Amino acid sequence: MRQLIVRRLAQTIPMLFFVSVVCFAMIKLAPGDPVLSFVTPNMHADDIERIRHNLGLDKPAYIQYFIWLGELVQGNFGYSLVNHQPVLDQILERLPATAGLMGSAIALAVLLAVPLGLIAGANRNRWVDKLVNLIAYIGISVPLFWLAILLMYLFAIKLHLLPSMGMRTIGVESAVDVLKHGILPCTVLAFGFLATYVRYIRSSTIGQLKEEYVQIQYAFGSKKSTILFRHVLKHVLLPVITLLGMSMGDLVAGAIVTETVFSWPGIGSLGMTAVRGMDYPVIMGITLFSSLMLIIGNLAADILYSFVDPRIKLKG
Amino acid sequence: MNRSKWKNLKSELFTNGLGVAALIILVVFTLGAIFAFLSGHDPNAMDAMNRLTPPGSAHWFGTDDYGRDYLARALYGGRVSLLVGFASMIVATVIGVAVGVISGYFGGWLDNLLMRMLDIIMSIPSFLILLLLSVFLKPSVGNIIIIIALLMWMSVARVIRAETLTIKEREYVLYAKASGQSASGIIWRHILPGLIPVTIVGATNNIASAIMMESSLSFLGFGVQPPNATWGSMLNSAQGYIAQAPYLALFPGLMILLTVLSFNVLGDILRVGFEPKLIRR
Repeated sequence: MRQLIVRRLAQTIPMLFFVSVVCFAMIKLAPGDPVLSFVTPNMHADDIERIRHNLGLDKPAYIQYFIWLGELVQGNFGYSLVNHQPVLDQILERLPATAGLMGSAIALAVLLAVPLGLIAGANRNRWVDKLVNLIAYIGISVPLFWLAILLMYLFAIKLHLLPSMGMRTIGVESAVDVLKHGILPCTVLAFGFLATYVRYIRSSTIGQLKEEYVQIQYAFGSKKSTILFRHVLKHVLLPVITLLGMSMGDLVAGAIVTETVFSWPGIGSLGMTAVRGMDYPVIMGITLFSSLMLIIGNLAADILYSFVDPRIKLKG
Repeated sequence: MNRSKWKNLKSELFTNGLGVAALIILVVFTLGAIFAFLSGHDPNAMDAMNRLTPPGSAHWFGTDDYGRDYLARALYGGRVSLLVGFASMIVATVIGVAVGVISGYFGGWLDNLLMRMLDIIMSIPSFLILLLLSVFLKPSVGNIIIIIALLMWMSVARVIRAETLTIKEREYVLYAKASGQSASGIIWRHILPGLIPVTIVGATNNIASAIMMESSLSFLGFGVQPPNATWGSMLNSAQGYIAQAPYLALFPGLMILLTVLSFNVLGDILRVGFEPKLIRR
């Protein structure tokens, strides 16, 4: 077991290294001179050169990379070109809003997807299955921003039930208020996740029902529902771990569109603002941060998987 | 690919109600996009007297905030959306198949290198890259096609590589090798024909994701620029009039949903049709 974890970790490190190279290359290749954001109109050319030298921008690119990397591992992701605030601070400040939204969306999606997928898989080609299938199809095909607009129109504009924008009503400091603001974006995101999860769980249920242990349970006279929710459930939950690991990357970046539509003050809308303002350090910081989450998420899922299912031998 | 497989595919397609519906929708939308000029309205003709007219007999989909006929805009918008979807799929398929076949057939260090590269690129969230590239490059239709294709070819390459690995071990390929045929000859005559089913299935699903990516991009304002419209950019401007004119948001979104849904449904039917074992196991 330990050997497996070590091997997986050893694979992760070069991957992180290359992701950082790609990110750095993108900053370098980006149009525009970063020094210009420090220049004021009455500066002399010598001053500009001095700034360039102080920032280390006159050194060869690979040296700049290692300096950048050195800062990075110490937690310095650079500074925004727009407001000159540290990038990591901005990301961490926005993290709770995004993590809360994504976490509850994923939780909601899993809670709905597991029973739906089990029931659909157990009743293959009956009407329940067809209905669940149709919902899943719509879920993977609907543009989430459109769903967001429709729900906003219905619940905020027509019915006046829920707020449509932001995370808090100005001047109100209560958890209930945040929850109310979160319902619509959470529903939209959960619907997207739900579709993927249901399809996965349905097909793994179909696979499990062919296994010997199910036949044996039948032979012992167990009821179908008992077999489904007591035995098959356990096996079906395993791949969900992998799905959750894969969702870690979305946790940060996937909410860009939804957060933008609902003006949710998370990392997605921070990224959107940064892209509009061509604020490369912030964009790269978010990219790096989400890649990191994705890689760590997959790693954690793999390791967790090998704990709960000893049959799995992690392969190269 | 033999005749019985095609037959199987046909029966799979036509006995499935969803499949027939998907085909009809796609044919109607494609014809609508090609013959958009028959709608009798100029999609860019403004009419200040008829701003935000609800759907009616004169304007079936109503008019937008500039008084432009919304049906004409939706049809011409479909032209761009479908074109981007189709063209990105072609580019992604060509690159993906080339890399996948080379990687899978030759194996060794080349395979290792290519696959590790894919791992790295795929561990960066693609939508951020999509946004970033569209800011770097000028957002023209051609650039958007290239950007989307650049993000899609990797999954094609993975699937094609895996399939190449299995085909490579089949007897007729081993025999061709033993008889001294050149690698390029084997790939061309024996491997590529065997890859047609997975390629078609992947391509169908990729049109769906390309249309989705283009819509999201245009919705955020980084896609095709005005006065040209796509379904995504129409939703972007519709957002501002949601309270007065909800139909402006309804139609383009519905068209994206139906198109993407149809391609996804067709992709799944093709998968089952090509691999009958999948369902009758």
